[in-house]
Amino acid sequence: MTRTRTPGISRRSTLALMGAGAMTFAAPWVARAQAKTIKIGMPTILSGRVAQLGTSSRNAVMLEVEKVNAAGGLAGRQIEMVIRDSKGQPQEAARVARELVNTDGCELLLDGEASSGSFAVHEVARDLGVLCIHTCSEASSLTADPKQHIPNAFRCVRQGIHDSIVGGSYAASIAKTKGLKKWATCSPDYAYGRDTTGEFTLYLKRFAPDVEIISESWPKLFQPDYTEVVTKILQAKPQALYSCLWGGDLTSYIDQANIYAMFGQMEVFAVNMADYTALTVVKNLPKGIHSGNRYIKTFPTTPENAAWGDAYKAKYNEYPTNWSWQNATAVMFLAEAAKKANSADGKKLAEVLKGLTIKCPFGADGTVTMRGDDHTLVGYAIGWGTTIPQEPYVPEVKAGDWKTIFELEAEWKKSKGYT
Amino acid sequence: MTVSAVFVWSSAPSWARDNESASVDIDALAGCLASSACLVTQTTSGLIIGMLLFLVAVGLTLIFGVLKVVNFSHGAFYMFGAYFAMTAYQLTGSFALAMLAGAAGTAILGLIFERVFMSRVYGADVLMQLLVCYAFVLIFDDVVRIIWGPEFRSMGMPSAFQVMPLFIAGGVVPPYYLLLIGVALVAAIVLGIGLSRSRVGKVIRAAAHNPGMVSALGINTGLIYGGVFALGGMLAGLAGALAAPVRSLTPGMGFSVLIESFIVTVIGGMGSILGALIGALLLGLIRSFGSLGFPLFTEGLMYLFMVIVLVSKPTGLFGKEAA
Repeated sequence: MTRTRTPGISRRSTLALMGAGAMTFAAPWVARAQAKTIKIGMPTILSGRVAQLGTSSRNAVMLEVEKVNAAGGLAGRQIEMVIRDSKGQPQEAARVARELVNTDGCELLLDGEASSGSFAVHEVARDLGVLCIHTCSEASSLTADPKQHIPNAFRCVRQGIHDSIVGGSYAASIAKTKGLKKWATCSPDYAYGRDTTGEFTLYLKRFAPDVEIISESWPKLFQPDYTEVVTKILQAKPQALYSCLWGGDLTSYIDQANIYAMFGQMEVFAVNMADYTALTVVKNLPKGIHSGNRYIKTFPTTPENAAWGDAYKAKYNEYPTNWSWQNATAVMFLAEAAKKANSADGKKLAEVLKGLTIKCPFGADGTVTMRGDDHTLVGYAIGWGTTIPQEPYVPEVKAGDWKTIFELEAEWKKSKGYT
Repeated sequence: MTVSAVFVWSSAPSWARDNESASVDIDALAGCLASSACLVTQTTSGLIIGMLLFLVAVGLTLIFGVLKVVNFSHGAFYMFGAYFAMTAYQLTGSFALAMLAGAAGTAILGLIFERVFMSRVYGADVLMQLLVCYAFVLIFDDVVRIIWGPEFRSMGMPSAFQVMPLFIAGGVVPPYYLLLIGVALVAAIVLGIGLSRSRVGKVIRAAAHNPGMVSALGINTGLIYGGVFALGGMLAGLAGALAAPVRSLTPGMGFSVLIESFIVTVIGGMGSILGALIGALLLGLIRSFGSLGFPLFTEGLMYLFMVIVLVSKPTGLFGKEAA
């Protein structure tokens, strides 16, 4: 017996289609979840003054993605990166992130934005529920502040408060040894400069209570000339100077301070000096500038780290940056999480990422951990040392102690009302 | 590193309090004015900033004075001057050739830019001229990005100037900055005398005043316009070349210099070379001494000064009323 059907689509089919359509538009990455390749979206800064950092992020991601794909992909799915320029503008970063998910079908996001853009991308991740790993923002509040916490976002980046604790204690030990009591600061006049300098001096004074800040300078970001700032510091006659200027601003500052012979008159602590972007550009790098490590292939002093730095240089004909190792680590985390979850699904990956420890060339002990309670990277190699004008640029780095970092970070979180 | 010490956090964290830097520090300014060492250091600091600004601003004001064009792409010549100098220095190792390359390269670039593009919009309204200039700001930045790369670069200080600074009346003065001030001063004097005394200068001034009459007398005004643009470009290029050993080179580096150059020309008076010199030096000194007395308002002081000049003398300190 055959059943006759009325022509057209039944009501049940119509409802099913409408439901599927609604799902597709509302959560397109769910509909594409079974695709063989997995698209990972990445907004980052590929034009403008800090384009070099965005480019180095892209390079590092591609270097690692090639390895993951060669090994079979994320749970058997080949990774296809979709990388877009945000021009360093937060609103553009948010727009690009949303478009990557909704239009390009990306199932995961790597957020290669500086702090300002990261908070915007974070809100997109909150809204769409897509797994997002921040790979460049060092602003501590991004993961320390519980208001920012969402289950689908992680930060695979060094953190400002960690750097300040290590930098403050390192500087204090030098201050005590050399009797450096009068300090000046010179940092860019925006949130990063103010916060980082504030946190550094906080820990400097904690470990060396005799220290006094006698002069502060806040040149604006991307200021071409620092002459008046240099001479102002010379007038104040400090024994030591702290700066978190970075990139081209830092190299300009060094060139201009050099001709006033400033580096012979005081100890200089420049947290962002030991990054190849600055080290290789400054033609007359003074000896003995104290700096935090950003990325340097000689710290941690392991064959794995050196090999990674060399492989990057061989492929791209330049050294990696601080943003490079962080982005590479994010891909390593994804690969390991996919193995453990046996899936490339964002929710399953997020579950596994919490508290996950992986082997990593950039780990203080050869491993790094994605801390479970605040979804942030810990255990990475962090330290300070002094510069020399040629390779290896920072021959000896004094490593920070993670036990101390954890204790002081907990105090800091409490003081900020985060815990 | 010890962590056992008790660390009491106040309700307002001390790091937050540390960040409350004083916006006005009259004591520091007064102390500096009373000290010959500080006075010398800060005055030379102001002269350095001012002289570089003068070289850029004088080209801008010269082009406006003769061609009646506000050249918004002028900062690009400063940028090209720096990049040309860096490349020449890397190739030859000669600082003198680097300066020459910066100045001559931008002069040629200015001539081509004026003859091929700007000369076509002289009759157009200001908006069209502005759009053409702005388009070239973007194009020139991209050209630099393509040729030299997007990352920042550094020329490095020539070894001849890697010497200890001079100490004059206790003040610190780097020898390189003395050279920089000297070169800019010579350029100002040559330009001033050349324009007021030489035949070419008279023709340029005549072309600025009445181009139709100059043309009727059989003088090629196109050549004069091209020459003036080349001269303006050359001066900005020279400023870029002189700045290259101490400033990082990056695409778009001309923009911030351009803004300050506009402030200089507004203060000094559009079209006035003496005005550009005085305006630039005043601005340099405001920044130099302002950073001591008003550390958080140094930029604001420049704009405030510009507003005061505009309100009291809208044509600028040395500008002439329109006929």
